[in-house]
Amino acid sequence: MVMINSLINVGIGVQNWTYIIVGITFALYIGIAIWSRAGSTKEFYIAGGGVSPLANGMATAADWMSAASFISMAGIISFAGYDGAVYLMGWTGGYVLLALLLAPYLRKFGKFTVPDFIGDRYYSNTARFVAVLCALLVSFTYVAGQMRGVGLVFSRFLEVDINTGVVIGMIIVLFYAVIGGMKGITYTQVAQYCVLIFAFMVPAIFISIQMTGNPIPQLGFGGQLSDGSGVFLLDKLDGLSTDLGFAEYTEGSKSIIDVFSITLALMVGTAGLPHVIVRFFTVKRVKDARKSAGIALLLIVILYSTAPAVAVFARTNMIETVSNQPYASVPDWFKKWETTGLIKFTDKNNDGLIQYLADNDTNELIVDNDIMVLANPEIAELPDWVIALVAAGALAAALSTAAGLLLVISASVSHDLIKKIINPKISEKSELIAARLSAVVAVCIAGYFGVNPPGFVAATVALAFGLAAASFFPAIILGIFYKKMNKEGAISGMIIGILFMLFYMTKFKFGWFGGGSKADWWLGISPEGFGTVAMILNFVVSITVMKFTSDPPKSVQDMVENIRIPSDAGKATH
Amino acid sequence: MTNKNANLYWKENIRYVAILMFIWFFVSFGAGILFKDFLNEFKFGGFKLGFWFAQQGSMYVFVVLIFIYVRLMNNLDKKYGYDK
Repeated sequence: MVMINSLINVGIGVQNWTYIIVGITFALYIGIAIWSRAGSTKEFYIAGGGVSPLANGMATAADWMSAASFISMAGIISFAGYDGAVYLMGWTGGYVLLALLLAPYLRKFGKFTVPDFIGDRYYSNTARFVAVLCALLVSFTYVAGQMRGVGLVFSRFLEVDINTGVVIGMIIVLFYAVIGGMKGITYTQVAQYCVLIFAFMVPAIFISIQMTGNPIPQLGFGGQLSDGSGVFLLDKLDGLSTDLGFAEYTEGSKSIIDVFSITLALMVGTAGLPHVIVRFFTVKRVKDARKSAGIALLLIVILYSTAPAVAVFARTNMIETVSNQPYASVPDWFKKWETTGLIKFTDKNNDGLIQYLADNDTNELIVDNDIMVLANPEIAELPDWVIALVAAGALAAALSTAAGLLLVISASVSHDLIKKIINPKISEKSELIAARLSAVVAVCIAGYFGVNPPGFVAATVALAFGLAAASFFPAIILGIFYKKMNKEGAISGMIIGILFMLFYMTKFKFGWFGGGSKADWWLGISPEGFGTVAMILNFVVSITVMKFTSDPPKSVQDMVENIRIPSDAGKATH
Repeated sequence: MTNKNANLYWKENIRYVAILMFIWFFVSFGAGILFKDFLNEFKFGGFKLGFWFAQQGSMYVFVVLIFIYVRLMNNLDKKYGYDK
């Protein structure tokens, strides 16, 4: 191992390694896109409907794991400790809902998009239109964050301007999403999954061995330190945290009801996200939809179960490296990240030492969540090629999610709006052109938000989950499991659910409607967790309104009976 | 393929889903959140048990639950002749 390291560490530098590895992966993505370009709307929207469960599982995993999962999540957990579990459980538990309650039936339904289902099941173009608006809002807020992630990685590792980074990312995504459609991105996502999981695991395994002697990070972070002291790593971190005035790492500081609500909102939001749901339209049979949900979650959990280990390693390393150390002798990585503004140090008491404390008045160091994963290999002094690999992995994560979202946006416009509402007589060929054009427009808008990020990106991502939870999830669940649910119930449920969610978010995030602080939260539930309340309201409104309005037509009730039976799933049709 | 057949199939499916969803709720919201403090009294290795369920265990159970459902439903499809 040492010999291999010294052989490949011949000193060509992090930057050249990054050019080489990122260059190879980009060439791979473009090659795949050209080889698997889409020739029909069916290939463009759902990859022709014949994707194998394994390929779909891998593509779903890459689609799902965004810049947030790859770059930010471990960092957030390392600062939040136990509370970080809301993301781990929230973003994986949703797949159980998908596999058991949604994916098989939506596959049997056999159309192209989520608004397709809402529009047909609730026999109403109003319902379809509301669903299109939700899909667009959710996807745009999400994709802006991805573009920003691409820019961040480029600016740090290739030392180009962050905006140039966004533009390069746009061109790559534009190229393969527009040419390849769903078919192209499915197979690029398979490649991207391999790149991102390798890039995430290699440094995690290295660091786990360094700190605990155990090559499996999931076990390592529950093990003893390898320095022979016999102290458990987590006990040590609990001690370090309380010494600096933070809550114990394994205890957290959010209230139980808030942790409960956020977890549920994220789970339900995950199961209601259109770019995830649509992946299950691409497999051949109903049983394949179930199976590929299982494979997708397995592949996701490989990263998600490693992230809390990385969080513990990174936090312990970070505290030990900087806390009470002289600023003059900090390592190189500290200075490099300082120039990006993601580490900030102000020597408040002028003693030349770095005081990292929980108390805002005496704390001198601010470390951004996002750099924990990106800086981790440098903090642990891993070889240059590992650092470059992490950059390639972060780009794979951001690009794969961006591409999936762009397809949802383009399908919402060309299929749901143009073909289903505005001009049903449009030819297949024109619809395909419209799909490609809307993808181009969507990339440009996403790029614009990447270059000029709205100040509330973090808030809007939480909003995306809350919106999906408050709108799509109840409408789809009731559509499958409650035959008597009618259009009046579903539409009023969706609209009131969304508005209620928007009201609470804007009140506490942007200070509208009189604003308010943490003390004013209803029942102590944060805006991030409020999707749970809005979802419950949606269910209540839907069922109440339904009781006072007429039953859905017989043909719709027959359709519901039909989607409950897995056989004869047939090919997807217009 | 009679309606009766379809109804029986649907009922068995709902029963599976209900049992699996109960376990889903129990490991995450139960062991990982509501009973976390109680479970944290127990330790294995360096992990407090409630913390472990929240950051590790619940996710492993989720994966297993889906694959159990896949198995159960493949058998159920066969039993009712819906596996064609």
